[in-house]
Amino acid sequence: MHRITEFAVGLLFGCGLVLSGMTDPGKVIGFLDVAGLWDPSLALVMGGAVAVGMLGFGWARHRSTNWLGGDLRLPQTTQIDIRLLAGSALFGLGWGLAGFCPGPAWVSMASGNSQALIFVIAMVAGMGLFEILEHFKSPTKAQP
Amino acid sequence: MTIDWNHFTPWAALGGGVLLGLASALFMLINGRILGISGILGGLLGALSKSWFHKETSAFSDTGWRLSFLAGLAAAPWLLVWLAPASWIPQPRIETSTTVIVMAGLLVGLGTRYGSGCTSGHGVCGLSRLSPRSLAATISFMAGGFLTVYVVRHLF
Repeated sequence: MHRITEFAVGLLFGCGLVLSGMTDPGKVIGFLDVAGLWDPSLALVMGGAVAVGMLGFGWARHRSTNWLGGDLRLPQTTQIDIRLLAGSALFGLGWGLAGFCPGPAWVSMASGNSQALIFVIAMVAGMGLFEILEHFKSPTKAQP
Repeated sequence: MTIDWNHFTPWAALGGGVLLGLASALFMLINGRILGISGILGGLLGALSKSWFHKETSAFSDTGWRLSFLAGLAAAPWLLVWLAPASWIPQPRIETSTTVIVMAGLLVGLGTRYGSGCTSGHGVCGLSRLSPRSLAATISFMAGGFLTVYVVRHLF
């Protein structure tokens, strides 16, 4: 049951990414190009997403279990630190360069786009580099 | 600031966004997890890392749901090609060189892991949860994005 619902939600999210235009890096860069010809579409994508998301998460906050009876894994960290800010800025830099972020890149790759495939491979390499750096930072302790 | 009326697609954007929000809400309500792609994908690598560096293969028990979700995500364009009118499916416009794509990928991979999230995890889920941490992250990556495009398109 779990595997089916996870797959279905992934499918729904992927459809949202394609239909909203997020899998088109041109659309993303068009939104980020405030000084040029500005495409506000991404603002509406986020607006629509958060409007619905707020209802769902608002409801989830009052529950003790999810609909399948398991845990609701809501993030507990509240600290805003350099890691968060610098990491996010770095992500933004990469995002602005190619107009791809993880989800859309994955979907584009899956639909056969070779540039998206290259991006995903590089992204996975970047994530792998993170794991290696974290390991050498604290070699005796496994990261949670 | 001039609006790009040729490319602005308000209804598709709103409609697609609603689907994203719905999926994110459902992932929490049904599966109890944050729909954050960098975290879902990153966690797979984390499991590999744990088994490699610490010989802890127990982390692999946490990978089934990740693979299912990612498979669903990958299946989406195929479903749409089958079900949706062609005009609903945007053609990607990618003008960046391979070198830049590789650099961008590395930055996104590294950055999202240090930042503990991306546009889905922080931008959609985090903001929906009214998380100050996610707001800070979102402002940070948005600033990074705006600045980068400005420099690349208007300064050089």
